[in-house]
Amino acid sequence: MEPFVKVNGLVAPLDRVNVDTDQIIPAVYLKSIQRTGFGEHLFSPWRYHADGSPNPDFVLNDPAYRSATVLATGRNFGCGSSREHAPWALGEYGFRCIIAPSFADIFYNNCFQNGLLPVRLPDEDVRRIIDLALAKPGMRLNVDLESQRAWTDDGEVSVSFEIDAARRHALLNGLDDIGLTLQHEEKIAAYERGRGI
Amino acid sequence: MPPKTMFEKIWDAHVVHAEPGEAAILYVDLHLVHEVTSAQAFDGLRMAGRRVRRTDLTVATADHNTPTWDLSLPVTDEISQKQLDALSRNCEEFGVTLYDRFSPMQGIVHIIGPDLGYTQPGKTVVCGDSHTSTHGAMGAYAVGIGTSEVEHVLATQTLRQFKPKAMEVRVNGALPSGVTAKDLILGIIGRIGVNGGVGHVIEYTGEAVRSLSMEGRMTVCNMSIEAGARAGMIAPDDTTFDYLRGRRFAPQGKAFDEAVEQWRELPTDAGASYDRVEEIDAAGLEPFVTWGINPGMVVPVTGRVPDPASMTDPNEREVAERALTYMDLEPDTPMTDVKIDRVFIGACTNARLEDLRAAAEVVKGRQVHRDVYAMVVPGSALIKKQAEEEGLDRIFTDAGFDWRVAGCSMCLGMNPDILEPGQRCAATSNRNFENRQGKGGRTHLVSPAMAAAAGVAGHFVDIREW
Ligand code: SF4
Repeated sequence: MEPFVKVNGLVAPLDRVNVDTDQIIPAVYLKSIQRTGFGEHLFSPWRYHADGSPNPDFVLNDPAYRSATVLATGRNFGCGSSREHAPWALGEYGFRCIIAPSFADIFYNNCFQNGLLPVRLPDEDVRRIIDLALAKPGMRLNVDLESQRAWTDDGEVSVSFEIDAARRHALLNGLDDIGLTLQHEEKIAAYERGRGI
Repeated sequence: MPPKTMFEKIWDAHVVHAEPGEAAILYVDLHLVHEVTSAQAFDGLRMAGRRVRRTDLTVATADHNTPTWDLSLPVTDEISQKQLDALSRNCEEFGVTLYDRFSPMQGIVHIIGPDLGYTQPGKTVVCGDSHTSTHGAMGAYAVGIGTSEVEHVLATQTLRQFKPKAMEVRVNGALPSGVTAKDLILGIIGRIGVNGGVGHVIEYTGEAVRSLSMEGRMTVCNMSIEAGARAGMIAPDDTTFDYLRGRRFAPQGKAFDEAVEQWRELPTDAGASYDRVEEIDAAGLEPFVTWGINPGMVVPVTGRVPDPASMTDPNEREVAERALTYMDLEPDTPMTDVKIDRVFIGACTNARLEDLRAAAEVVKGRQVHRDVYAMVVPGSALIKKQAEEEGLDRIFTDAGFDWRVAGCSMCLGMNPDILEPGQRCAATSNRNFENRQGKGGRTHLVSPAMAAAAGVAGHFVDIREW
């Protein structure tokens, strides 16, 4: 897995709450058996008109935000299905970090499996970041996982966040969960013997 | 021993390894697999030269992507066929049991697990699908996982997980007549909100829950994820044991009786405490209809479309306005005036035999409204067969419903069953998200009886007056 250490990224504001996985990547695009090919369909119901042309009102179609790598958005982001295609699509588009007041549990987990950093910040901090990004398109945010801080170079934003230690360690080092678990293979076997299964 | 909740008992019994501050390694008793979230996981195994550790605890089916038309007809979507082929190939290569499109045991993964007796009290169950919460109705700890975790479980038969908190939702009193399990869970989500359960496992307790059938309990647990919960569960009791007895993959004979003895130990001990408790009075529940774009946007069928102007919280108002625009609804419209174009009776929420019976009862001897296209998609091939033996298919087709073969179908709009832009649907599924049933489609979640009645009337009706 690609490690996440730090980004200095352009912020795209997606000012909505409860953004569900059917908006992030609709089911019709889940037929692929690859891990790639989802980025172009990211947010497709909002990003494209029915005829496939880009919807100019959607934030990622605004040239000022197109190359964003940090997404700032409302509470309960990623609710709905367990589809890991959602972080795949976000990652493939270019996002490295999602900032929101809260995330749905499965989505939150899935991010860590894919080198994507979900950052939980208090409502008012997210509000400020969204408002600033709207007011100053092109705003860049530094997000540093090691020190668990996010800030803008002009000092307008300077906040800290928390990621639990085990997840942080794995993400910083790009560790593979399966490899880690298999170090406990003998314990798994002992557990199976203990239950006679 | 200190008193424990059912969730803690099951959790503790499955911890293989735990260190403070780290995710626990939890043993998985049953891993259900389907075509949409598994291909990349099997690829991962292949690339790393790994095998499936416990093929005997792994079961696969094809459900999300399968057409629901006659099985003699081919899958016309090439990419869908490729995904189905990939599942068949992977299951064959790795030695996993597969109920494919043509198997008499095929069906929606969360329907066949309990139906075939795979899901049992006390088990840990996972599947690359958020509605795995359904299986908790049997007194299991059942969670939806992503594809990387699917690969992890295939390779290690364990899941790394931080322990969620436990929440009790106690429903006091008896459900009023005409109020179903679907209404109960819609009422709960309406109350606690679509992120009300985040980080928690919900255990549903109380008289109204205890008196639900197994099918009803599955409907309730199914939608736990719509409240943001990690899982939902209901303590096993005689209803559970009677349901399980004799099912194909349940313990048989003496082994079953022994298992029941152990399962009776599972319910939450007196004096155990939950991290959070919500109490709901069943008497206050009514048949519900969703009006918006998430399952928490719900009103009684006797109610009206909310008026955003009356909302004091500006955020809530804006969200409601956007929802009404998407749903093309005017504030203050009585829900019973809302006309529909489509009816979808199906999905892992409400496509069990009991659900089909309830809907059939409503449409018997009547006709689907001339402006409505209605379909019934049974949850599994086995349920379809049982329903046909009871003559339910005839009741539906005589009334003008389409009778399909089992699958997820229009629940998620992945196969050819989708809404056209602007169409409005009364659906028994679990998600009314924008565009889910088809781009621009408008979904209202209801119980099977309410969906059936809406199909006949052409608009929502209060089933208590049917
Ligand atoms: S029926 Fe719908 S909710 Fe259930 S597993 Fe299928 S797609 Fe998911």
